[in-house]
Amino acid sequence: MSTHTIEAEDGLYGLMAEFESPGELVAAARRTREAGFRKFDAFSPYPIHELDDAMDLHDNRVSLFTLIGGLFGCAGGFGLASWVESVALPLNIGGRPPISAPMYIPITFECTILIGGLTAAISMFIMNGLPSPYHPVFNVERFADASRNKFFLCIESDDPKFDRHETASFLESLAPEEIAEVAR
Amino acid sequence: MVQPVELPSKIEVGPVIDEGHSLASVSDKIAGIVLKRKITIGWIFGFLIAFGILQVLMGAATYLIVKGVGIWGINIPVGWGFAIVNFVWWIGIGHAGTLISAILLLLNQSWRNAINRFAEAMTIFAVMCAGMFPVLHTGRPWLAYWLFPYPNTMWLWPQFRSPLIWDVFAVSTYFTISAVFWYTGLVPDFATLRDSAKQRWKQVVYGFLSLGWRNSARHWQRYEKAALLLAGLSTPLVVSVHTVVSFDFAVAMLPGWHTTIFPPYFVAGAIYSGFAMVLTLMIPVRRFFGLEDIITMRHLNNMAKVTLATGLIVGYGYMFEAFFGYYSADVYEKFMIWNRMTGPYSPFYGCLIFCNVITPQFLWSKRIRCNPLILWCVSIVVNIGMWLERFVIVITSLHRDFLPSSWSMYWPTIWDWAVYLGTLGLFMTCIFLFVRVLPMITIFELRMLLPGARVKEPVAQ
Repeated sequence: MSTHTIEAEDGLYGLMAEFESPGELVAAARRTREAGFRKFDAFSPYPIHELDDAMDLHDNRVSLFTLIGGLFGCAGGFGLASWVESVALPLNIGGRPPISAPMYIPITFECTILIGGLTAAISMFIMNGLPSPYHPVFNVERFADASRNKFFLCIESDDPKFDRHETASFLESLAPEEIAEVAR
Repeated sequence: MVQPVELPSKIEVGPVIDEGHSLASVSDKIAGIVLKRKITIGWIFGFLIAFGILQVLMGAATYLIVKGVGIWGINIPVGWGFAIVNFVWWIGIGHAGTLISAILLLLNQSWRNAINRFAEAMTIFAVMCAGMFPVLHTGRPWLAYWLFPYPNTMWLWPQFRSPLIWDVFAVSTYFTISAVFWYTGLVPDFATLRDSAKQRWKQVVYGFLSLGWRNSARHWQRYEKAALLLAGLSTPLVVSVHTVVSFDFAVAMLPGWHTTIFPPYFVAGAIYSGFAMVLTLMIPVRRFFGLEDIITMRHLNNMAKVTLATGLIVGYGYMFEAFFGYYSADVYEKFMIWNRMTGPYSPFYGCLIFCNVITPQFLWSKRIRCNPLILWCVSIVVNIGMWLERFVIVITSLHRDFLPSSWSMYWPTIWDWAVYLGTLGLFMTCIFLFVRVLPMITIFELRMLLPGARVKEPVAQ
């Protein structure tokens, strides 16, 4: 069943099951969660929305950070323009007030988008732990197909419920194509 | 990014993606263009031409830096000339990419998945070309950083009430966010290339670029959220960019420029020229790379429809420019529109009306929309028409303003043409490199369009 056997228990990152279709993966993920596992992950060549429910993934922090970044850019843009025109280099042109609010809207808007957009992308990558040059799942040879046409589920050995043999037989019950041990 | 949706069956021009494709086949086909396809004679030939034209830009820009902007045809009163004509033209072309990648994503138009990567690449390259012009037009491009607010020993700051500084912020934000959006979309595809590559160096390069992406569901969930947020932020951004560009004109007091119709009219024109440029590029690319099954007739048909719709808005804009001239009862406004239609630049205006108002009417016909060759010719005419529009707006308002004593004519010199042609070389060089080293179609989004990608959970386990 496994492609290679890992000797020591602490050298084992987890057990990985391979599936043929997205439906099987979603069903397997749901059952894994129902069985009480928490440290596990599913891998698919494209985002599958049904997995969010099956795995109870509801992380909205990217939105929160983007909002904070956007508000920061908004205040920063307006503040910069106001400070420059009223404190740093006040120029009286046609009697316009130092804080000519309508004239600062474009700058405020662009800064909101710039900081908000950068926060969205950067916070997403950081919270995903990327860039990560090494990850144990890549030790499974067939895992390369996770970016092509195959679907994988990996239960980590760090999970309190993990037991090398029981977890393996649990994965067997999900009727996968193949099960592999993942070296750390 | 979006849920695979049931395609409406009433559209007869064919599906978004031809039948017979599977998850493996789309991955292999798109990745194979980058990883396996040999460099063809045609590609080398095209690349060398584009690269040769790029050298014209090198030469022209070098001579410009040595001699100054006096080598251009600009004068007083026409201080803007080709530099601003081309800037506005290029920036407008970029807008279709963001429209396709962001607005059509929010509108759940899944057909965009096959063309958004290419269109976004076009956006980035077009903004690069656009940015060259104002920087060169400053006359001292090495001091272009003066445009940004930073503490300096002279304690000089930009004037934040000026549309020109709004432009600096709008264009630099636009470029940055477009590049970030583009790269974020590329990350999962870099992972595909890394996993499909056979040579070690390709695995390392694409692995590095993929940031170690491993297709994890926990990652996808945050990824989709970030992509949606970026799309949501890009949507008002793209509208704001050409609005701000139009403020460069509309805030000025010149007849023909000082109108409230400019922002929507510029944004519609931008999308119009951008879609024409997408068609100009996609029609040959889908043919040369054999992508007719992925970039289908349905895509061409839809893009032609958008071109027609925005073309009609642009035509409406021309109509109202003329009407405002008449209705304003202002002698300068009246003269401006009369001078535009019958003055020394009237042939340009006539060509503009032919290219932008008459030509797109052919797109009412489905037979023409579904004929790639004719569609390609229409797109070229529209590109020329939109360039003429920018020329007419910039030159005819400037060359004859309020006092006849300050009137003058503007004619571009060979150096104006050399810089313009050179940026076309830069654009095409980037496109040629792009189709060779990056996946020109978003592979992971294409997978979502396949029938096999839908989740059908087994009933009893």
